[in-house]
Amino acid sequence: MSTQVEQKVERVLVAPGDKLAEGDYRISTPTTAYRVGSSYYSSVVGLLELNTQEKSLKVIPLKGSYYPKVGDVVIGIVSDVGLTNWELDIRAPFPGTLYAVDYLGRAVNPSKENLKDFLDVGDVVVGKVEVFDRTRNPVISTKGKEFGKVVDGALVEINPVKVPRLIGKKGSMQSLIESETNCKLIIGNNGRVIVLCEDKQYEDIVVRAIRKIEVEAHISGLTDRVKEFILVEKVKRGLVKNERRET
Amino acid sequence: MSVTPTSSDSIIPRLKAETLSTLVKKGVRADGRGLEDFRELKIITDYLPKADGSALVKLGDTQVLVGVKLELGSPYADAPEEGVLVVSAEFVPTASPAFEPGPPDENAIELARVIDRVLREYGVIDTSKLVVVPGRKVWVVWIDIYVLDHGGNLIDASAIATLAALLTTKVPRYTVTENELIQVDKSSYAGLLPVIKKALTVTVGKLGDSLIVDPTIEEEKVVTAKLVVGVGEDGSIAGLQKSGDGYLTLQEVEKAIELALRKGNELMTKVAESLKVLEVASSSPAEEEKRESPENKSNA
Amino acid sequence: MRGEKPRLVDEDGKRHDGRKLDELRPTKMEVGILSNASGSAYVEFGKTRVIAAVYGPREPPQRYMVLPHRAVLRCRYHMAPFSTDERKNPAPSRREIEISKVIREALEPVVMSEAFPRTSIDIFIEVISADGGTRTAALNAASLALADAGIPMRDLVAAVAVGKVSGYLVLDIDQVEDNYGEADMPVAMAPSLNMITLLQLNGVLTPKEFNQALNLALKGINEVYRLQKETLRNKYLVRVE
Repeated sequence: MSTQVEQKVERVLVAPGDKLAEGDYRISTPTTAYRVGSSYYSSVVGLLELNTQEKSLKVIPLKGSYYPKVGDVVIGIVSDVGLTNWELDIRAPFPGTLYAVDYLGRAVNPSKENLKDFLDVGDVVVGKVEVFDRTRNPVISTKGKEFGKVVDGALVEINPVKVPRLIGKKGSMQSLIESETNCKLIIGNNGRVIVLCEDKQYEDIVVRAIRKIEVEAHISGLTDRVKEFILVEKVKRGLVKNERRET
Repeated sequence: MSVTPTSSDSIIPRLKAETLSTLVKKGVRADGRGLEDFRELKIITDYLPKADGSALVKLGDTQVLVGVKLELGSPYADAPEEGVLVVSAEFVPTASPAFEPGPPDENAIELARVIDRVLREYGVIDTSKLVVVPGRKVWVVWIDIYVLDHGGNLIDASAIATLAALLTTKVPRYTVTENELIQVDKSSYAGLLPVIKKALTVTVGKLGDSLIVDPTIEEEKVVTAKLVVGVGEDGSIAGLQKSGDGYLTLQEVEKAIELALRKGNELMTKVAESLKVLEVASSSPAEEEKRESPENKSNA
Repeated sequence: MRGEKPRLVDEDGKRHDGRKLDELRPTKMEVGILSNASGSAYVEFGKTRVIAAVYGPREPPQRYMVLPHRAVLRCRYHMAPFSTDERKNPAPSRREIEISKVIREALEPVVMSEAFPRTSIDIFIEVISADGGTRTAALNAASLALADAGIPMRDLVAAVAVGKVSGYLVLDIDQVEDNYGEADMPVAMAPSLNMITLLQLNGVLTPKEFNQALNLALKGINEVYRLQKETLRNKYLVRVE
């Protein structure tokens, strides 16, 4: 039975128009907080982190959509095949463009080759946003060995604003999940995650853990709870034998 | 569905926008007017031979033509002893590169409805005097606002034209035959439309931190919000409509209304005066010519 | 509207439904009620009930319908055929077209559309039951839906309609009061920023009455604003298994 309990959150929940501070602060999240004169306001429903010593403030949004930024890692799904490029659905207001020259590393002859043979509609690709100015759709690059077509694993979609929480401070949450389940996670800033597990039984556990993080992202002590959750799930499935829980 | 305007007609070169803002801060406008001045106003009534009442208004570069036609019709079920008022507006494509042919867009609809509300709620026309057969036949007053040239501030120009047209609208004579049929004789008139009160609108625009009256089309591109104030002849507020993508502070709303009531009063006096001048002339062709002569221009 | 006029305010200052002059109708607000929309809200003021959904920022169906430096807002206020006493024709009426415009213009100053160039933020409001004050309820719901979608806004927009009924100024008029009253004045504000974003008056008020009416509206708006904030916060009340 779930109980509704107001937990002590280390951060304050704010809503659009809420006054955050007065004075001279540095806003580290320019899209979710703004300044009028010497007053600071929130522009979204989110968690306020106010550092009165460093005079900085941050509002972590609880919900949002993905808007591309150069340098973002994105997991895209091919939505259209052209003569010299593919169009990718990257969960943004605009599709991403992946040029054949970039993906194949060489020029392509449209009259002789069909791009469908390399990537077809529905294929999953990991890449990086290389170019995004205001005049055209974001250009995705797959240069680099961590990028390219994904042929295996489970695809999970989460709210893009939860991605930082899934990665964790200095990658701590991601490392935790990977080490406890022997799986690898590819996390896209656009709110898509690929889960690759040697042992398929762990895949389900990881997907559930990701969902848990998405729902409880704003509650403190999440890392410990996720660790415990994974352990409980492993025990449930009989994946852990003779392991004692250290308290 | 209402969509943020995307046409290039609403774009103004930044240099021009800055010039307008700077001037307004100094209390002047590009055409030399003060912040509270209306442009030159010219009213010609009885302009349309086939309408029961009409007026052409020129307010600066804006030209609006209003035609009033009276037709017999059925009353509303909940007001069986009252005439009917219908106000429509068309922004014809000849008036501006921004106007496309087609049914009235949200701006034309808003204009018609704002003016309709002012006329109706303030009780400009005594509709109880427009009954022909109680509960069955009444006069329907069709007011059609035709924007001919868009030079800014269409609502105020339309309100002036509407009032002028209504004040000079004649009600056709009718006879009821033995079979209870009603015959309307448009060649002869029974009298003037029962206009018992006067009302106009005054549009106040917010440009930066200043409030300006009667914005031109260029100024409208820089104005962030407008407040259209319905002004009754007794100084009442006969309607309000904030429009535009911007906002007004509480203080600005109060200031705008005070300004509008003051200017509305002046405007109504000027309109009444210019109509009196026109009324002095009888309806002979020679007098008709005199009416349209430049000497009868009234400056606001 | 004319006809048999019911007694709308009695000698004790009680309205036909028992409310005090400055009392809102019973309200209910909820967010996140639709699974497909980016953000959604359900708002009730007495028998007036509306649903608002926000989609976007997304690429609009007509790709040319964009602005290079900001998102466009597309807003539709629509009344369901079964929402009114007499069945309403589902085709958009002139009234719905005007209201769609004033609602969009009430949201434009607060939505930070510069954050999403070349996109469209779509706001759809359906009135499923109309008993007066539908446009203000619609605006309240649209605000909540935008916040629920995570679209950055300078402030929420809170709205209420003030009326003059049997000579008295009253808050949150319902349909009966609107039909038989002397004035109907919807007002919307971004309260934290002293921004009035919607103001209409259908009827006649003296300047003094207008000032009183505006103050009454402010009181109602502050109450609505508080309820909106509470609704948004309650969504994140923690559930721990």
